[in-house]
Amino acid sequence: MPATRTLSEFESKQRLAAAGIPVAAERLCADQRTAESAAVELGFPVAVKLCGDAIAHKTERGLVRLGLRDGEGVRLAAAELLAAARPADGPVALLVARMVAGKRELIAGCATDPTFGRCVMLGIGGIFAEILADVVFRLVPLSRVDGHEMLEELTHRAWLGAFRGEPAVDREQLVDALVGLSRLAEQDRAIRSIDVNPLIIAEGRPVAVDALIELEEA
Amino acid sequence: MSTAPDLERFRSLFEPKGIIVAGASSHPGKFGFVAAHNILAHGYAGRVFLTNREGGTILDETAYRSVDEIPDGAADLVFVCTPPASLPELLASCARKGVKAAFVSSAGFGEAGAEGLAAERALAALCAELGILLAGPNGQGIISTPVSLCAQIIAPYPPAGRIAVASQSGGFVQAFLNYARSSGVGVSRAVSAGNSASTTVADYLEYFAADAATDVSLIYVEGLADGRAFFEKARAAAARKPIVVLKGGVTAGGQRAAASHTGALATDDKVFDGMCRQAGLSRASTVEEAFEIAASFAVHPLPRGPRVFVLTTAGGWGVLTADRISQSRDLELLPLPPDLLAAFDSRLPPRWSRNNPADLAGSETRDTVLECLELAVAHADVDAVVLLGVGIQSNLGDLERRGRFYPGHGLERIVEYHERQDARYATATVELSRKYGKPVLVATELADAQPTNPGIVKLKELGSFAYASSHQAATALEHLYRYRRYRDRRGLA
Repeated sequence: MPATRTLSEFESKQRLAAAGIPVAAERLCADQRTAESAAVELGFPVAVKLCGDAIAHKTERGLVRLGLRDGEGVRLAAAELLAAARPADGPVALLVARMVAGKRELIAGCATDPTFGRCVMLGIGGIFAEILADVVFRLVPLSRVDGHEMLEELTHRAWLGAFRGEPAVDREQLVDALVGLSRLAEQDRAIRSIDVNPLIIAEGRPVAVDALIELEEA
Repeated sequence: MSTAPDLERFRSLFEPKGIIVAGASSHPGKFGFVAAHNILAHGYAGRVFLTNREGGTILDETAYRSVDEIPDGAADLVFVCTPPASLPELLASCARKGVKAAFVSSAGFGEAGAEGLAAERALAALCAELGILLAGPNGQGIISTPVSLCAQIIAPYPPAGRIAVASQSGGFVQAFLNYARSSGVGVSRAVSAGNSASTTVADYLEYFAADAATDVSLIYVEGLADGRAFFEKARAAAARKPIVVLKGGVTAGGQRAAASHTGALATDDKVFDGMCRQAGLSRASTVEEAFEIAASFAVHPLPRGPRVFVLTTAGGWGVLTADRISQSRDLELLPLPPDLLAAFDSRLPPRWSRNNPADLAGSETRDTVLECLELAVAHADVDAVVLLGVGIQSNLGDLERRGRFYPGHGLERIVEYHERQDARYATATVELSRKYGKPVLVATELADAQPTNPGIVKLKELGSFAYASSHQAATALEHLYRYRRYRDRRGLA
């Protein structure tokens, strides 16, 4: 298999947004001061993450700070994250994002299957995603009918209904996101995989909160 | 790699006007004997030419020493039983004689290491050059009931019917043919794809989709050399006719190491499953289920919707069937419509269940079962009916017939009455299904336990069959409805 490289979270999400997939409002900032003003502009609470092309596993390295409620918290987090950067990470920046409130997380994406080539995936997300393995696949390109059938095929499809005071998931928007992933994969043959994890359901709407695009090296 | 199949050449494979058996043998233990025997013994109407280097007489036929001695244009199919090294010369001679298709049963190709694989590629290239459709190599044979063709080195020869089989395993061709024989739901074509050097299972699907003798395809696949080509061809074929898929090796791939969560969750099986749904393929989980679903497509019309009505004279079966349908992700247990309730009330004793499942409470000695069955099938809200309890009366009759009081005490008359009733119920399910264009499924353990039961026998006579349990009937209905829904959602008529 050809070697691959990953895009930064920020760039990954910009590509998703361009394909019509809703992403959390965020700003890429160089230092503590700009991170704080970005947070004020976006509105608290915010998340601050260290962002760079070579950083693929932020959570494992403790490079994500969630639920920051004021400017001081943002400045402190920014300083710690910048200090945690390693030479191997290459150029890094701070990603400041408005916290997305929602009780439910989905996982969506695109993978390259050795037999069938590129496919789109949707599954139940969150910390139990890999234990539940409640995931559904379709090959690229995906039609809207295919997308709707993916939602129906989740074992825990009831999960998409109204839940603890939150409205039911807007199925059309979720299908938009799946079709958007398919289109993105179709348009860029270099895409090996896309992870949208989590895709949080906020007020019934799916919002990409973290994303990672893996490309084949030319 | 497979190319677009030439349907004319497929006709030479499945409806040849004459067959050459290359490497025919007079030794009953050899494949060259078995193939010749099976072709000659099952009524194939075209001419059969046996070749053997030594000549002589095989199965009362004079063998030709070489293909060159066979009249030009008399055969368009060659069934090959000779070793790999003989094939280049043999196939060139066959091509000169007008042969358009070759079924190569010989082993020693791709399954036998690198050298065999090279020989297999050369064979595929040669056939392409000669304009011969290559089936196999390393395949077990072909069946084509419209022309009584039994060109195989396995058994059995199945009853004629509407199911077409293509399998990467000869053993499963055999299994499906055996199920066809035991169920009576017959087969149009069957092919053991062998190593699929140039003609793949997807290519056979393409032919079956265009084949007037076939209503449903049944395939077994393990590996797919070109998954995309399979998907595209299978989807196009499924847009015309239902396809039932059995997949082997679902756990082999397991979870892959991958940089992404999506990749890690993309197991072979989940991707294959999604591909099936997207292509409109009905995926079965076991061999027997695969055949039964194919048989269901062959026998029943597709339900227009998911609403099922359950009629029973067999108490608990009705309850479990209702449970199974209620838990289905695809089917619905129709709440009993008020007009049907009133109609049943006027015909049944008050102890009937007054619900769906409709337990008719022992009304078997009158015609109410048949009346209620038609009311249910005819009802506008009912998309499918499951009838339970067929055969119970004859089963009792069988017990009475074996007892020492038979035929006195009125036993003979009542036993005959019971048997007549079961045959009538069976006939009614088939007739009402045709009349109203809705599936009516019969489920009873007697399908297995007492295949001589007049209810079971009558169904078979009429080209239908009984499910051995209501669980199996519900599974079949799910597949029928899913295929209907797949078509409806995509505007396929």
